[in-house]
Amino acid sequence: MSRKLILAAATAAVVSVGGALVASADPVDEELVIDGEIPMVIRTKAPEGHPFDEVLSGWLFRTPETRSLEEDTFTNPGMLYVERGEEIWNTVEGEAGKSCASCHGDAAETMAGVAAAYPKWDADAERPINVELQIDKCRENNMKAEPYKFDAPEQRALTTFLKHQSLGKPVQVDLSQGDMQSWWDQGKEVYYTRTGQLNLSCASCHEENNGKYIRADHLSQGNVNGFPTYRLKQGNMVLLHSRFRGCIRDTRAEFPAPFSDELMALEVYTTWRGTGLSVETPAVRQ
Amino acid sequence: MLSARLTLAAAALCAGITAAAAKDIPPGDVKIVDGKLAEAVSDTAASAADGRKFFADRKLGNCLACHANSDLSEQQFHGEVGPSMDGVGARWTPEELRAIVVNSKAVFGAQTVMPGFYSLEVGKDVAEKFQGKTILSAEQVESIVAYLATLK
Ligand code: HEC
Ligand code: HEC
Ligand code: HEC
Repeated sequence: MSRKLILAAATAAVVSVGGALVASADPVDEELVIDGEIPMVIRTKAPEGHPFDEVLSGWLFRTPETRSLEEDTFTNPGMLYVERGEEIWNTVEGEAGKSCASCHGDAAETMAGVAAAYPKWDADAERPINVELQIDKCRENNMKAEPYKFDAPEQRALTTFLKHQSLGKPVQVDLSQGDMQSWWDQGKEVYYTRTGQLNLSCASCHEENNGKYIRADHLSQGNVNGFPTYRLKQGNMVLLHSRFRGCIRDTRAEFPAPFSDELMALEVYTTWRGTGLSVETPAVRQ
Repeated sequence: MLSARLTLAAAALCAGITAAAAKDIPPGDVKIVDGKLAEAVSDTAASAADGRKFFADRKLGNCLACHANSDLSEQQFHGEVGPSMDGVGARWTPEELRAIVVNSKAVFGAQTVMPGFYSLEVGKDVAEKFQGKTILSAEQVESIVAYLATLK
């Protein structure tokens, strides 16, 4: 009882320290409209069974400068990767002598809204696949080309390009396909498991402490609707599994391989957590 | 008490642990009772001035990541995951502060987000270079405790 009071007093002190030391930490109350034309859903009612009432895009937690970079496709540095991705889309590669466009034509039409439904159940692989793995699947089976090495610049660019064809579309994974539900269960387990010497789970930061600062970083809900994201700190596009690895490494844990069962399950689960948010790719983050 | 020390020293020597470690209470032998840890975990003289540095050092305590602290106003970024450290030395006794820093979970419960800094109760898949190691050394813990006690 007395400890509760002490903690409450201490919390009040953080507020009064205020100003110079602790920046104001609530997510902003603003609208995101890309190029003044495409309205983005950046806060929406959480799906049933979600720990929050409302899911919020990471955009709401960034500084005004970072937010404005994403508002305008001319200032969004990630758009260079969209352009590069389009070039790759049209480039013939592999023994079959085909490009993506040879079969799929104009991505603006054939791929509109497609990536918003990933990860998806893949009946051939008998596991969920994300956009990166769907690209590899077409490269191997349909183009007779090598799959990309993880994090190859071409993989980042083409994934960004494909996701961008769903800009503004709501994230919606279909858990009724195949064994998706059991992958969701496994992903949830990973999300709440504490890892590393620091003994923290995803939930320790993104569920219990979103809206607060952890040193210089304003913690968001850790939603994935903007991936691949352009990170100003790295000056580069960051794939979702690289972000997962970074967050896991920060707990001083060994991180699982990209596209491993563990991280695919985590992608299924975290994507579901952001259900209804608009695809923002390429989102701009700090 | 003295004999326990001798036994520890002997055990440490047998295991080939360095001389400095022989004066520390190994993390597995620390006993927190009622939220207090009366005995220092290290014999080495604690330095509040060093503790102040360890508190802010990102590679050591990195306490500032989660706790604001007016005494460190020269540091730019103060976190707010945990309570402010202002007046913490008046709210808790040194024995309580030591218990909190050594293993916060023994004080606040398993659910706390605060890591245990001299504890081997850690999460899954600890990276190889941190396996079997505590975040802080016993000496660093004592210096941080000495520093916290000055925040009245
Ligand atoms: C030879 C024709 C061919 C080529 C070349 C090809 N694909 Fe495909 N692609 C298909 C077929 C057929 C399917 C549907 C069956 C499947 O999933 O394999 C498909 C499915 C897809 C899907 C899934 C669509 C959905 O509704 O989920 C995506 C995304 C995709 N391809 C992207 C690409 C990309 C990117 C490239 C270039 C790297 C490419 N494809 C090259 C034939 C091709
Ligand atoms: C020690 C705290 C911490 C832990 C634990 C942690 N993260 Fe993060 N994470 C951060 C910080 C800080 C950022 C950057 C600011 C933000 O968006 O929250 C971040 C960003 C992210 C983002 C990008 C959000 C966006 O809008 O672009 C995702 C996704 C994410 N984390 C997922 C995870 C997952 C999944 C886990 C568990 C495997 C995890 N994080 C564990 C601190 C953490
Ligand atoms: C990942 C975040 C995090 C880090 C890092 C962290 N703490 Fe904490 N700390 C907390 C939280 C959260 C609490 C509140 C206890 C609770 O209810 O779980 C707390 C509570 C405390 C308290 C009790 C404060 C009071 O007034 O009640 C002290 C003292 C303290 N921490 C010291 C430290 C020191 C010293 C370090 C560095 C060696 C440190 N903490 C690192 C999160 C953290």
